[in-house]
Amino acid sequence: MLDNLSLRHKIPLRIALLILLVAVAVSGSILLRAHEVFEEDLKLSSANMGRILSRSLTSALLHDDVWRAYEVINTPSSLSGTQGALQAKIVLVLDRNRQIYVSTKPDQYPILSELDSADDELAALSRKLDDALSLEPQLITGPPFRNLYVITPIESDGVLLGTLIMGYSEEIFTQRFTTFAGRAALTTLLIFVLLVPVAAYWGRHFAEPLVDLASCMSRVGSETAESLECDLLEIRGNDELAQLNRQFRLMLAELRDKADLERQMVAAERLAAIGRFTAGIAHEINNPLGGMLNATNTLRRHGKLDPLTAKTVNLLERGLMQIRDTVSALLVEAKTESHPLTHQDVDDTRTLVTPVAAGLSVQIDWHNELTGEIELASTLVRQVLLNLLLNAIQATGEKGQIACSVRCVNDTLCIEVRNSGEQMSDETIAHLFEPFVTGHDSGRGLGLWVTYQIVTGLNGTIEVSSGRADTLFSVHLPLPLQEAA
Amino acid sequence: MKRRTLLAAFLAAGATGSLGLRSVQAKTGQMRIGITPVFLDNQTGFIDRWRGYLESRLDRPIVFKQRSTYRQIMDMLLGDELDFAWICGYPYLRYQHALELVAVPLYHGEPLYQSYLIVHADDRRTGSIADLKGRVFAYSDPDSNSGFLVPQYQISALGEDRETFFRKSFFTWAHEKVVTAVATGLADGGAVDGYVWDTLAVRNPELAGRTRIVSKSRKFGFPPIVASRTAQRGDTLALKQTLFGMANDPEGVLLLRELNLDGFSEQDIALFNGIGDLIDALSMG
Repeated sequence: MLDNLSLRHKIPLRIALLILLVAVAVSGSILLRAHEVFEEDLKLSSANMGRILSRSLTSALLHDDVWRAYEVINTPSSLSGTQGALQAKIVLVLDRNRQIYVSTKPDQYPILSELDSADDELAALSRKLDDALSLEPQLITGPPFRNLYVITPIESDGVLLGTLIMGYSEEIFTQRFTTFAGRAALTTLLIFVLLVPVAAYWGRHFAEPLVDLASCMSRVGSETAESLECDLLEIRGNDELAQLNRQFRLMLAELRDKADLERQMVAAERLAAIGRFTAGIAHEINNPLGGMLNATNTLRRHGKLDPLTAKTVNLLERGLMQIRDTVSALLVEAKTESHPLTHQDVDDTRTLVTPVAAGLSVQIDWHNELTGEIELASTLVRQVLLNLLLNAIQATGEKGQIACSVRCVNDTLCIEVRNSGEQMSDETIAHLFEPFVTGHDSGRGLGLWVTYQIVTGLNGTIEVSSGRADTLFSVHLPLPLQEAA
Repeated sequence: MKRRTLLAAFLAAGATGSLGLRSVQAKTGQMRIGITPVFLDNQTGFIDRWRGYLESRLDRPIVFKQRSTYRQIMDMLLGDELDFAWICGYPYLRYQHALELVAVPLYHGEPLYQSYLIVHADDRRTGSIADLKGRVFAYSDPDSNSGFLVPQYQISALGEDRETFFRKSFFTWAHEKVVTAVATGLADGGAVDGYVWDTLAVRNPELAGRTRIVSKSRKFGFPPIVASRTAQRGDTLALKQTLFGMANDPEGVLLLRELNLDGFSEQDIALFNGIGDLIDALSMG
């Protein structure tokens, strides 16, 4: 379940978990150390208290002064006003016979009673006393003892007078430690609460680009490259994420280019096939057509035709002529002999279309930048320019705008014709250069076909891009270098 | 009986003799008064007020000296380190040859008090000191009548050995602490000055309430204020008059109330005959 969670949540969760782990680990180690310190402190203080009391008890025991001994062992508890002071729960003084000499709780541990008979814990302690006695305070803790016991011998000049036993409740320790632990837990929680928003921010900051990338990537394949619009923000820097982002955007761009190229190739191949097909048909038609035209010509020249026949021959001749015109229009001859292209040739074309444009109040923005002679057949270039202009006038309609630019850039002749007509659909563009395709009622739909045939015949390219504002036809024709050299 | 009368006669002679000898001492000299735990001697504030009162009435500096045991005060008294002291009737009788009776406090209108035998309030069984045989017992001071002599006599009267009657006995060096020892269970029983117990019952009812009076002894002469050999005749008389006058003086009455006493009175050594009987009985046994 966690595996399916978005990075958007997973990363902040993991950071939060990490913070929690670190906080708990740090607090834990501090607590552990505090535990040791508290324990040491308790042992040290109680041992010191044992030493002090045992010294004070020496003279009381020497003089058999029970009351004095009682006052001495009660001294610490009479100072109990101070908060958190180390307070013995029970203090016992044993005489040489291990009988209770005096205690802070005489009702429970009366004078001269046996330690063994007091309670289980003290009975166990009594057995411990049999072990070798040192002159230093001895600490006894751990099971079966619920309390911490400090056993200090009371001696005078090397003679053992008695034994001081102080019992400290583990509760003192537990209480101090619990208070401390509570405070530590609170601090941990506070740190966690303060850092979680930071974790959330960092996590999101880190996850967001990945999430965007993933969602965009999931669309690759299911959508076409052209329609794939991803708002991928560029990431600064050069870390892996930025690299990934950059590479992905590069990949998208390449995918788009590839799709473009494929589309162009398909279109070019189709047009080439159509070209071969139409050329084949045209040749098949041209042969009998020439024969038929010869026949009608012979008929008119040598025969005395009656009016009806003459009228019929005329009718035949006109029909055949129309077929010949159409077929010859389909067969574009790219190798026509012609003089090189000049500035004037281009301007002549302008003169040709001006009346048409004026009829529709279309404005033409003209940029003719040609100088000198260009080694391209002027007839063909003029044909191309004329077709593009007429097409533009038709597309832009009344009071439209046309911009035309002809110039040479790096051994390439660039012709750009821009019109302000309606945007063309992708479908229209895909079949734009095919014969008999027309966006309007008038015309045969051969203008762009012819243009395309001429351009490809001259090893050039023609591209169309149609936007909301305008439609641009750009033609690139390479200049024949070998002839120039 | 004969011995005490003789001693008294000797003391009277000594006292009159000292009058002429030491009257030359400056009137403005310091007056040293020793106090023992015959009363609640842990009230420093009260002692200071009383000292101030006596100073203003006697028109001379007064020093109160407190010691933790009767013995120390007695040593100072006999060693001429004190002029006066408030001591127990028992040491007074023992050293009557060197001391002069100055005044005896009046408690409940008479110069008498009792010794109380007390046990813990939870001990409902003990009916007399005989029931405490083999137990732990708290005496106040070996030089105290009520806190030592009386229970010692009672044990003797039972025909028991005073040394072994109790399993364990100890001194607390003050009557109030006997009450504490019994109240906390440190001792099973204790002997205490009745006047101290009564006063504690008013001042610290919580502590006194944790003990129960088993029996009260017969009445004895109240712990007296005595003069040492160093005390000048004039001082003794002046102190006597000041003490006697406290009951008629508003300021003195307030102090007496704090002491839980009615006043001070002139008494004869015969007042302490009861204590003398105990001494005799015990020294015979």
